[in-house]
Amino acid sequence: MYPRPFRYHRAASIREAVSLLAELGEEAKLLAGGQSLIPLMKLRLASPHHLVDLNFIPDLSYVRPEDGLLRFGALTRHAEVEASPAAQQIPILHDCAAGIADVQVRNRGTLGGSLAEADPSGDWAPVLLTLPTEVVCVGPEGERTLPLAEFFVDAYTTVLRPAELIREVVVRRPPPGSGGAYLAVKRSAPVYATATAAVQLMLADRETCSEAGIALGAVGLTPIKAAEAEAALRGQRLTPDTITRAAEAASAACDPQPDGRGSAAYKRALVGALVKRAIALAARRARGEQVEVSHIYA
Amino acid sequence: MPDEIPRVPIALRVNGKRYALEVEPRLLLVDFLRRELRLTGTHVGCDTTYCGACTVLLNGVSVKSCTALAVQADQSEVLTVEGLEQDGRLHPLQQAFADHHGLQCGYCTPGMLLSAYQLLAKSPNPSEAEMRKGIAGNTCRCTGYQNIFKAIRAAAAQMRGR
Repeated sequence: MYPRPFRYHRAASIREAVSLLAELGEEAKLLAGGQSLIPLMKLRLASPHHLVDLNFIPDLSYVRPEDGLLRFGALTRHAEVEASPAAQQIPILHDCAAGIADVQVRNRGTLGGSLAEADPSGDWAPVLLTLPTEVVCVGPEGERTLPLAEFFVDAYTTVLRPAELIREVVVRRPPPGSGGAYLAVKRSAPVYATATAAVQLMLADRETCSEAGIALGAVGLTPIKAAEAEAALRGQRLTPDTITRAAEAASAACDPQPDGRGSAAYKRALVGALVKRAIALAARRARGEQVEVSHIYA
Repeated sequence: MPDEIPRVPIALRVNGKRYALEVEPRLLLVDFLRRELRLTGTHVGCDTTYCGACTVLLNGVSVKSCTALAVQADQSEVLTVEGLEQDGRLHPLQQAFADHHGLQCGYCTPGMLLSAYQLLAKSPNPSEAEMRKGIAGNTCRCTGYQNIFKAIRAAAAQMRGR
């Protein structure tokens, strides 16, 4: 299979990529890792007339720790996040990076591309929604920084304007006493998940949750921030009862579509179970325990 | 859409050999390797980024060559299964796949070898879990994988011993 013919443009800088997008208009698409775009083009679900390749822009791929922040270049590959010691200090980031698809896709796919594509099953969006995350965007009018929470509009739709692109993703490091976990259930490595849950907690003492971020993936048109599930934990001791209440609130917050991966009811139940497990894992990590977490193949 | 799509010049090294050609932008890396360079060891399996039969190394990291464009390989170094053999001697992984029956039909083997090569480059003594994760992007419908693991383990031991 091969895509419809298109013209290929290689941007040498972000500035040039933005002007190419502005000049070529709606029929142009950005090529980052290409792990979604190229399959979509081969299946003729997307037939852009122009591709603007970002891969030859220098210095767009990095994980840079700085004053309580982690800065990710938009073109940072999942595998680079997986291998980054700075990113490993925030275990939920490592869970995500090390679990996306398979080695080959992680070697190629990018963090910026995952967010900009806004696939409802994308892994990065729910994970980063549990941490204070900002997206630095560049367009013809210059640069603007947006909270990730305001970034997603609908399935495959973000607030990015026509000639705008992501330059950098900035994550604030969680304070000491924090821990998180990201769980995804999928049939096999290369496929999209049936449902995912990201939980990031802060414990005031070893038992009481002072802050909670919970987000769900693949169970709605956009990643879902489960505010009521978070509220069920905040200020509470992490007892089986509180954890169950949070899981039930997360199940209620999701809006799954029935498909080949499962019925809506199954996915809703799955979300509850994943949130429950992720809370327990996040709490252990918040208490300083080293826990290995990986995606679940079922 | 204008009918004349300009071809794009690319210069790269494949298995150590230099090539400079002009390609259509939509040409996939796997089709470039198979059709333009006649390196047909790299297979097209699912053609949808699932099976990994088309796995090659691009600048030292494994990629599914059905999901990369030839133009993106400009200025890079590609390693395919044909490049594993050195001076007429099979690579230890190739020999181990033969010795341990790590293949039956052989369709997935070129991609499996490159994924195993990538795995051992990163972890010379991989754990069971690392091995499973390392080839999770490669589907084999014959072997049930156990002989592939045996072969990777044997090759890893031999390569560490050298």
